[in-house]
Amino acid sequence: MTVSTERAPDQNAHQYTDLPRLMRLMTGDEKHGPSATSTLDVLWVLYDRVLRVTPATVDDPGRDRFLLSKGHGPMAYYAVLAAKGFLPVEWLSGFGEFASPLGQHPDRMLVPGAEIGSGSLGHGLPIAVGTALGLRAQGRTEPKVWTLVGDAELDEGSNHEAIAFAGAVGLEQLRTVVIDNGSATYGTTGGIAARFEVAGWSTATVDGRDHSALYEAFTAPHPGRPRAVVARVEPKF
Amino acid sequence: MDTMRDRFAPVVSRILDEDPRVAVVLAEIGLVPFLEAQRRHPDRVINVGIREQLLVGAGAGLALAGMRPVLHTFASFLVERPFEQVKLDFGHQGLGGVLVSAGASYDVSGGGFTHMAPGDVALLDTLDGWSVQVPGHPDEAEVLLRQAIGAGDERVYVRLSVQANREALPVDGQHLLTVREGRRGVVVAVGPLLDQVLAATEGLDVSVLYATTVRPFDAAGLRRAVGASAADVVLVEPYLAGTSTGAANDALADVPHRVLGLGVGRRELRRYGSVDEHVAAHGLDAASLRERISGFLDVGVPGVPA
Repeated sequence: MTVSTERAPDQNAHQYTDLPRLMRLMTGDEKHGPSATSTLDVLWVLYDRVLRVTPATVDDPGRDRFLLSKGHGPMAYYAVLAAKGFLPVEWLSGFGEFASPLGQHPDRMLVPGAEIGSGSLGHGLPIAVGTALGLRAQGRTEPKVWTLVGDAELDEGSNHEAIAFAGAVGLEQLRTVVIDNGSATYGTTGGIAARFEVAGWSTATVDGRDHSALYEAFTAPHPGRPRAVVARVEPKF
Repeated sequence: MDTMRDRFAPVVSRILDEDPRVAVVLAEIGLVPFLEAQRRHPDRVINVGIREQLLVGAGAGLALAGMRPVLHTFASFLVERPFEQVKLDFGHQGLGGVLVSAGASYDVSGGGFTHMAPGDVALLDTLDGWSVQVPGHPDEAEVLLRQAIGAGDERVYVRLSVQANREALPVDGQHLLTVREGRRGVVVAVGPLLDQVLAATEGLDVSVLYATTVRPFDAAGLRRAVGASAADVVLVEPYLAGTSTGAANDALADVPHRVLGLGVGRRELRRYGSVDEHVAAHGLDAASLRERISGFLDVGVPGVPA
């Protein structure tokens, strides 16, 4: 089964400019700290222009996968999912309440369109490795498996297990976006991309607010290698 | 006799040939017997190197992609080191898979405590939805492995050991088997400890039940075995003593009962040596078991110290 790259017209489609309003439904706060929105532009570009998945194809085995590993501060994620029709906009105002499916960390069993539940750091990339392996074993070479991690999340050793392995076996279907808001306590010698490059990944480092640059980095070919895109945004306050 | 672990790779290799949904994930340990299967199924026999967090995370990812993952390494590295991955990547994500351990409590007795995991079943007991299979013979291991891998998207832990009973029994992956019937109490022998328990209870007026499926615990089977009146139950488990006393207590909640849990002691022995020496050191040899069981059930026989 394949997923059409054509997007069905959606009369309720929201635009990028709607996202601040959608996020305010969750927080009631007009001022968002940079950390709350560090993922916003990356998520928008992915869901708007890159990922081949729609509310109608969330169970299609041929869809692209997006695994939000950095489950902290998921308001931007929920806003994008709502903007793209995966979940009702009405859900946003209940954010974090007992009866709401939208918590401070996402739960795949509760959130339509969420491929994994996350919150504990360092789980998404290893799971993404396995998902890419599983798709490959089924002969599904078209779907891509994306995961989003934070720069501080990369401190978790489980990510390094996944980075080393995926590079060594040339897991081309795997793509990782690192949101770099400079929050890792000890930083990185040689930069974040160097960690991936040394393991055999294709990498790019771009302005995480520049939609064109993100799109180019997300869609550049990288035959025989997994791809890591480091999206740099404002430092954590 | 071959060991359960000797049987593991040939059995699973055949399943790989039969079922395209099955994939094996290894972390170096146990790779060599799978090399032939890996040549036939390079995408479905995956060695991640010495990376146990990735072993479990990638296994869950395979399940997320619709595969049936079989993960294998020593129990300490499969369940204990990546425990949060087991808890979240399978449980919280609502995914299924088959964890198959080797090494058990002191199979690698010469290797010391770093290679022992007597607490594996107790640790898994903190999680919901895992069934736990503890075969007592390679033939039983084969039956239980096939059943585990064929169990849809269930979460199954299969605990393989070099310890084994002389004869295989017809295990079904669910129920306690009645091996001997008596009136003065019920002894439940788990997996490879059955032979010792049968020797220990020779001539005693007690029932002996055999358990290879310990989770879910066959509560109804235990209830039937103890009858309607007050119950005395001894559990003999090849892992941490008392692991299943809670399950037995729950099974007998509405009848007066006493439960004695025997198994591997919590205190680290800090000893190497042989498996038999560890069995004896934990009081799981037939003579020690006889003394403890007959003392608890008050079923001493003439000429034998109770």
